[in-house]
Amino acid sequence: MMTDQEQKIPLWRDDRFWRIAGQVIVVIGVIAFFGILGSNLVRNLQQAGIGFSFEFLGNNASFAISESVIPYNPSLDSYSRVLMAGLLNTLRIAISGIILTTIVGIFAGIAQFSDNWLLRKLSVIYIEIVRNTPLLLQLLFWYAMFLQLPSVEEKFDLAGIIFLSKRGINLPFPASPQIWLWLAALVVTAIAAFFLWQWRTKIIVEQGQSGQPQLITLWLTVITAILIIVFGFGWQAPQSPEPGTIETGLRLSIEFTSLLMGLVFYTGAFIAEIVRAGIQSVPKGQWEAARSLGLKSGLVMRLVVFPQALRVIIPPLNSQYLNLVKNSSLAIAVAYPDLYNVANTTFNQTGRVIQVILIIMITYLLLNLIISLLMNLLNISVQLKER
Amino acid sequence: MTTVNTQKPDLSPPPATQTNPLTWLQKNLFSTWYNSLITLTIFAVFFQFFKGFLTWATTQAKWTVIPANLSLFFVGRFPKDEYWRLWLILAVIIFLSGLTWGTLARNSPKLFSINSLIGLTVTGLVILTITGLIVVLLPISITYRLLLLAMVVFLVVTAWVGKQVAKKTPNLVNWLPLAWFLSFFIVLWLMTGGLILDNVSTNDWGGLLLTVYMAVVGIVLSLPFGILLALGRQSTLPVICWLCRLYIEIIRGVPLITILFMGQVMLPFFLPADWRPDRVLRAIVGLTMFSAAYLAENVRGGLQSIPRGQSEAAKALGLNTPLTLILIVLPQAIKSVIPAIVGQFIGLFQDTTLLAIVGLVELLGISRSILANPRYIGRYAEVYLFIGVIYWLICFAMSQGSKRLERQLNIERN
Repeated sequence: MMTDQEQKIPLWRDDRFWRIAGQVIVVIGVIAFFGILGSNLVRNLQQAGIGFSFEFLGNNASFAISESVIPYNPSLDSYSRVLMAGLLNTLRIAISGIILTTIVGIFAGIAQFSDNWLLRKLSVIYIEIVRNTPLLLQLLFWYAMFLQLPSVEEKFDLAGIIFLSKRGINLPFPASPQIWLWLAALVVTAIAAFFLWQWRTKIIVEQGQSGQPQLITLWLTVITAILIIVFGFGWQAPQSPEPGTIETGLRLSIEFTSLLMGLVFYTGAFIAEIVRAGIQSVPKGQWEAARSLGLKSGLVMRLVVFPQALRVIIPPLNSQYLNLVKNSSLAIAVAYPDLYNVANTTFNQTGRVIQVILIIMITYLLLNLIISLLMNLLNISVQLKER
Repeated sequence: MTTVNTQKPDLSPPPATQTNPLTWLQKNLFSTWYNSLITLTIFAVFFQFFKGFLTWATTQAKWTVIPANLSLFFVGRFPKDEYWRLWLILAVIIFLSGLTWGTLARNSPKLFSINSLIGLTVTGLVILTITGLIVVLLPISITYRLLLLAMVVFLVVTAWVGKQVAKKTPNLVNWLPLAWFLSFFIVLWLMTGGLILDNVSTNDWGGLLLTVYMAVVGIVLSLPFGILLALGRQSTLPVICWLCRLYIEIIRGVPLITILFMGQVMLPFFLPADWRPDRVLRAIVGLTMFSAAYLAENVRGGLQSIPRGQSEAAKALGLNTPLTLILIVLPQAIKSVIPAIVGQFIGLFQDTTLLAIVGLVELLGISRSILANPRYIGRYAEVYLFIGVIYWLICFAMSQGSKRLERQLNIERN
């Protein structure tokens, strides 16, 4: 007879009970853990005489930073201003780093499929050397190398266009007063070229025409664009009217350059491996089919293989970009005033350790979130469209 | 009428696969005009680079900074009288490595076969050449040279002994993890002192010793922590899943240096006022917290690659959830992500350099303090190249080891 045997399972052996009880215990544990930490924190802060408020951000930050995108005056401006300058410096390194590292990484990745033996080996050597040494060491190495550049008086002068000295690297920079006008003209030319290209493809496909006149017009727009860039922008090479001074042009400090080079080459090696893996994931038949259509190897890569490889490449590429942004905090080792470096000085001056670290963490989290979001949008756009 | 073809067939490969140096050059370096251009450019750049480097290395560089500070590079400010303890540590590690090597290879005839003997001879010759170079270049004492040589011999001997013993008592393998576990405490005891030994403050630890110590402790601690986090993230209990998720995403979203900074500067704020953990310990906490979050994501990838059928089959056999995890799912999951995990370990090893920024004198930190010495000012390139080679050798060995492990595991699977 079942009726008497069918007792309730004792509570302590009931799986459902433990699932809920376990979670409650964990929650209580976590709350207790943070409660203890919090109470310790409050007590310690009281003993140290530091309150928890963000008022210090309005105080005068009386320390100078070596470079800033926005105007910053140490004797007038506040901590919030200097933190903003640091953030902009971080963004500057992040954006230029992401662009350059993509170029380096894709180039080194594709070079491993070149039919030139030397180029293949060179890219393997680059990857193996860079990936197996610490980034911080590489940064310090670049910085030490740049520090050995001669002084401004005895600067290296590359064809009168680029100056290399202890004070930085001076490059030509557009200085035309109507620069925005010319940029607008360039955008218009680009749009026109895009529509011309589409029109040309359309009439070649649909009407079987040669597309020759459109091609000539296309070339004309390209030439216009080149003319605008060369003459309209009013490039100004750095000038040195008297020894010891360098005027005009774009100055990249050696701190910025060594950080940028270190980050770009380091991340580039990882991206190269990602690109290689992505290209190898494209079936061999795709190469063979494209070759049998008569495409040259460069075109096979560009039109057939690479677009397919992108689907495999983009997700890990995203995490490499995030790594680059996070690693830019190593700027402190080469004295580049990025967000972390500036925040570190702020903390040392004010002692507001909790607030400062909160600001840094939230900022980096937000930056990473934005990059992830953009990369995910890009990822959706290259994914296989299945209907 | 049949005719017999008495002519020997042409057995040479078809023209396309015939290679001589000239066709090889033609095919691999000068196949098209732009390939020739690339080749020539690379040659020119390389020639310039090597010429410049060799002139610098032989005429301008002052390499004396390396031998003069060799002990600093390797063990930091560890007291000179206590160096025997470090040699003992090395001996313990070599003993266990040799034993492990011997036991694991007990059934394969490979150990001490002709091939591995040739391999050993070659390795031995390489080591001898390197030692020879050290003898020529570096003024280390004859005792140390002999000790180094003795260590190599010791490794081979323990491997042989391990193989012989393991053949008779196959259960030895099961005791190896325990032996390694115990060895950690012996090493720790030798490094810090206590009991009958003199105390050595952690402030005296430095150089490669501290780097390796931090890396090993970080790896050993972060692996179980990372596995737990990964399991937590995959859990069906919402609270645990979200807590683990929150932890992983926050840690992965901020730079390591902020976490180390938190460990160094903020940890004391969170602890009772009379409890100030050691600086090395604080750094380990930061490193482990950081590394565990990344490992958790790697392990999660492995967990996701295990088909549901595996755990269902285990359940059908009557295994409960913990046993299913430990015996069925985890081993397979971890095996499938070994390359990613080793990659993370290499990253962790490289990340120990960041401790130099928060004030620990590991290999990079000690280099910076040597460079701050007025006698060696400006010797950046020499010092950074030297420690760069050390880091490179260790990381490269780790990555090659992981590739090899991966290959072996793949063979087993097929």
